[in-house]
Amino acid sequence: MDDKIPQVTPRPSATFDEYTMSEIRRAASTGIYDIRGAGAKRALPHFDDLLFLGASISRYPLEGYRERCGTEVTLGDRYAKKPLHLKIPITIAGMSFGSLSGQAKEALGRGANLAGTSTTTGDGGMTPEERGHSKLLVYQYLPSRYGMNPDDLRKADAIEIVIGQGAKPGGGGMLLGQKINDRVASMRSLPKGIDQRSACRHPDWTGPDDLEIKILELREITNWEKPIFVKIGGSRPYYDTALAVKSGADVIVLDGMQGGTAATQNVFIEHVGQPTLACIRPAVKALQELDMHRKVQIIVSGGIRNGADVAKAMALGADAVSIGSAALIAMGDNDPIYEEEYRKLGTTAGSYDAWHLGKDPAGITTQDPELASRLDPEKAGRRLANYLKVMTLEAQTIARACGKNHVHNLEPEDLVALTVEAAAMAQVPLAGTSWVPGQGY
Amino acid sequence: MNSLDLSTLGLRAINEKLQFLDPGTNEREWTITNPMGQHAIACGLKSPISVTVDGHAGFYCAGMNQEAEVTVNGHAGVGVAENMMSGIVRIKGNASQAAGATAHGGLLVIEGDASSRCGISMKGIDIVVGGSVGHMSGFMAQLGHMVICGDAGEALGDSIYEAKLYVAGSVESLGADCIEKEMTAEHLNTLAGLLEKSGINKDPALFRRYGSARTLYNFDIDQADAY
Repeated sequence: MDDKIPQVTPRPSATFDEYTMSEIRRAASTGIYDIRGAGAKRALPHFDDLLFLGASISRYPLEGYRERCGTEVTLGDRYAKKPLHLKIPITIAGMSFGSLSGQAKEALGRGANLAGTSTTTGDGGMTPEERGHSKLLVYQYLPSRYGMNPDDLRKADAIEIVIGQGAKPGGGGMLLGQKINDRVASMRSLPKGIDQRSACRHPDWTGPDDLEIKILELREITNWEKPIFVKIGGSRPYYDTALAVKSGADVIVLDGMQGGTAATQNVFIEHVGQPTLACIRPAVKALQELDMHRKVQIIVSGGIRNGADVAKAMALGADAVSIGSAALIAMGDNDPIYEEEYRKLGTTAGSYDAWHLGKDPAGITTQDPELASRLDPEKAGRRLANYLKVMTLEAQTIARACGKNHVHNLEPEDLVALTVEAAAMAQVPLAGTSWVPGQGY
Repeated sequence: MNSLDLSTLGLRAINEKLQFLDPGTNEREWTITNPMGQHAIACGLKSPISVTVDGHAGFYCAGMNQEAEVTVNGHAGVGVAENMMSGIVRIKGNASQAAGATAHGGLLVIEGDASSRCGISMKGIDIVVGGSVGHMSGFMAQLGHMVICGDAGEALGDSIYEAKLYVAGSVESLGADCIEKEMTAEHLNTLAGLLEKSGINKDPALFRRYGSARTLYNFDIDQADAY
């Protein structure tokens, strides 16, 4: 090598970056695709790309400490005799006993009760503890029908028919054998220790015409009391929302690709579905065209983190939001206090996503009795309630600043976008302009 | 015998009547007339009553049944006795797709043929089919028994777990991880009991037994081609 020739700086490939190369090496070594929990990790257009236009001369705000700003929401008053009445527009998303420890499920119930909102079961049925600790419990009706029975159906406060979820629209579930202990196996009518596969399609209906009949059956079995939610993954939100309404849903749950899962293929999480931000307006448009906006409620989930996200989802037309990953973080998931143990698992606090393996140091995504005992359900429930309270206060703060006396009164006119992409997806003007991409041509 | 005319009373009134009978009532035998293929007839029943549907039923007849004995004097649509927990459902004619889907218990007797995906994801129910079943029957079947007196269509028992399948006729093909298994005296005894209970006259000696090879129970990349 000639020392006189200047050496260029070693240049890593933007295409074959460090993560990409590590994944190629992992795949070559194992022959198995990467399975993990959580939602999409890649950078996506999101609520951070939107800003609110606070009131000034052309609009006037509400006094933050004096004037009321409502947050209550009623879900399911289209057909159900007993709709859900929530104090805040933030619900807890479906997460199963099995993927989560019993303590974690109890904490979710305790936190939701304190905040005046609902929790949701998951794939695997309803446990008596979960029902006991949740004043308002939504019972998921999934393709696997693990643990499904009419007694629990009647005990539920609402029924959520799961068509898909944002992390894997079109895909089924997976719970590896490590988490199938005696109780989980018994609830799912499966042998202990096997990998449990959840089907991607419902076993006894296909398409919207059948779904309408399925909803009829569920209403007949539950005396037309329970609100029927239909949960869809964010892939074709306009058509799926319209078809769910046609099928008789009371409530639509719309989950974007940042929404978490207990376990599925990484390639599925990162490459199938649409960002939450891109899903809301088409779904709301479908409701508006059918004259069903605010009559059939829409709950948005997938990457909701703070009160600003809540307010932005409301402004785009949502009636409520739902949180899963954020609730787990509030309870202690990925907390740096467990950094030493995360490192032993080959990861670091903030990046831990091997939820399917059941070795969660925080005791949340596990069935290991020793690990699960680390989570105090009362303390974790209080943390969740605090977090929900903060989110609600934040959303109210923004709504008042925009002059709204209820978070539902926020509207797209209150928003601008920081990027062309976000402006196109949210159908609000690019900041500093009156330009909404796709409009005015 | 009490009679309920579906064409005049409507579905809601009839289901509500049958679901909320006084536990001490002596009125335990009911007939639903003029069903006209309507859906969700006699679903969600939860007491030991006897209900006869006098005609054809649509989707989800006797869905999620508990304790009741439901007889359909005709054919049944998709998902008859889906997610049944207990009791007996008898179809005098044929049944459409997904008969007994995900059901946890009880006995489903189909005296005629059943269409595709009979017993899909069954979780403990016993199903006896007097005729033949369509393709993908017993798909992901977890627990319980399915007795097929006629033939089985392609991919029988695909991805089956611990359910036991008995077929007297031919099997067009077996699904992933489903294999023929030894018929022991214990299995023959179980089979004979199910045939007797269902009132279907067929010699148990004619049947062959199928179940899981259990090679797909834990993910193995070398088994990926099985799907």
